Amino acid sequence: MSQPAVFVSDLRKEFVRKDGRFKRARRAALDGVTFGIERGECVAILGQNGSGKSTLVRLLSTLLLHDGGSASIFGHDAFKETRAVRRLVNRVSVEASFFKKMSAAENLGYAARFYGMGHGETREKIPEILARVGFPPDRRGEPMEALSRGMQQKVALARALLTSPVLLLLDEPTTGLDPRSKHEVQEFIREMRSLHDSTILLCTHDMKEAEDLAERVGILDRGRLLFLEPVEDVKARYGVATLEEAFFAATGRSFEDEKTQEDEEREVFA
Amino acid sequence: MALMQATTQAIRHELIGLGGVVERNWYLVKRYIWWELAFFLWTAANTLTIVFISKGVGLSAEAENELATKLLIGAVIWSYLGIVFEILTETVAWERWEGTIEYTFMAPLSRPVHLIGMGLFAIAYGVVRSTMLFAVMVAFFGLSLPNANFVAALILLGIASVSFIGIGMMTAVLPLISPEKGTQLGFIAQGLLLVVSGVYYSVEVLPEWMQWLSKISPATYALRGMRASILEGAGLAWADVWPLIVIGLVAIPLGLAIFGAGERYAKRHGKLKRSG
Repeated sequence: MSQPAVFVSDLRKEFVRKDGRFKRARRAALDGVTFGIERGECVAILGQNGSGKSTLVRLLSTLLLHDGGSASIFGHDAFKETRAVRRLVNRVSVEASFFKKMSAAENLGYAARFYGMGHGETREKIPEILARVGFPPDRRGEPMEALSRGMQQKVALARALLTSPVLLLLDEPTTGLDPRSKHEVQEFIREMRSLHDSTILLCTHDMKEAEDLAERVGILDRGRLLFLEPVEDVKARYGVATLEEAFFAATGRSFEDEKTQEDEEREVFA
Repeated sequence: MALMQATTQAIRHELIGLGGVVERNWYLVKRYIWWELAFFLWTAANTLTIVFISKGVGLSAEAENELATKLLIGAVIWSYLGIVFEILTETVAWERWEGTIEYTFMAPLSRPVHLIGMGLFAIAYGVVRSTMLFAVMVAFFGLSLPNANFVAALILLGIASVSFIGIGMMTAVLPLISPEKGTQLGFIAQGLLLVVSGVYYSVEVLPEWMQWLSKISPATYALRGMRASILEGAGLAWADVWPLIVIGLVAIPLGLAIFGAGERYAKRHGKLKRSG
């Protein structure tokens, strides 16, 4: 049997926060999360702000150390074999995150060098990838700050694709985009799956996006993964018609409910 | 054979990454060229205020020329060290400000190579800017340097820079641990280093406990040796070179170890992320 692309077992992450002037309190951002993703699969994790989605992505990106449990990516321990993991993973997050004064081509070149790609390799590859994400060739030299949010997110997708990741972590990649840009990004994610056989972990709070793109959908609530199943199985399990209703059935709260004080505190960290 | 190929490939990747760090900094210098000009003018004005002190003391022309040169070397080294520390501190601070920190720190480039790339750019950039500053000030004050041995002075600065980079790595960790105050703490470290190193005066005027600190500061030997080379035309003095080599051999591994510990702390406490 082949090893899963991602295997997470009883993963825990806590953050310390000031509680009053002298006291400090520990709060779990992830609380015993367990799941697996098969090679080539697209899995969506839904959750409100502060549910722990970004913490999960940052743990799998080797940007955080865990407090318990384990995580492996294509058989490599995400916390001990970080060099090997970093070669396999890339991500796109809600913020495009670039050097604002540098151009799209310069930013992509910089990112590529960190993955060992020299000028000879990127000279042709960068224009090719930018064309594939629908980025206008005549704007390649413009500073990133002159580009729209949608354009910047396309460059972020190009950056992730440039390093040919076998695991792509998408942390709310379409949040804040206009409908057209959102559609283009979603189409590109589909293309990546069909052409590159990439394994994708999509964290989002857009239920329709999750349902459209992923084979299995999970809900992360206050650091706990409530389930991770095909959408139809989720609906059948709770006897409901939509994921929103499933969330309500599982938690007793509406997905769009106002956050509690505890959620707001969690949001600072997660 | 396979192991050798893998090793060659790994070294090639690291060197490309190192080149990428230098290249990115060069892009930023080009894109922020007006800032660069403004900073240069600010440094020049600052240096003028220091070197003009020599004019007000009422010395003979020869003594005034010597004092002005001594002060100028102090101001140029202050500026150089500021550049080296600032660029190394930007390893974290600038990336955090731009929001790229997570992408850079999750990339498969080893941290020592990343930091050394920042250090190499800092040296190249610092030498160019400090040389320009020195040349402009020499012309402005009409300083006479007939015996100057600039080659020896530059070589000594190069040797001292190894230690400066090591100490810069230690200060670069500060914004990693304290996103809000880390950069300012780096300025304090730079200032303290120069205070004990005799930046505008001889270290003999310092209290005894500060003189002890001056012995472990690389800036002490850099300032003493460069003044001797530029004012008296002296070559490289072993008395200045060996302490710099020893401090450099200690400072680089120590800097890397401290940065590594800071990175682990930041990962443990969730501080390795963009600001805002």
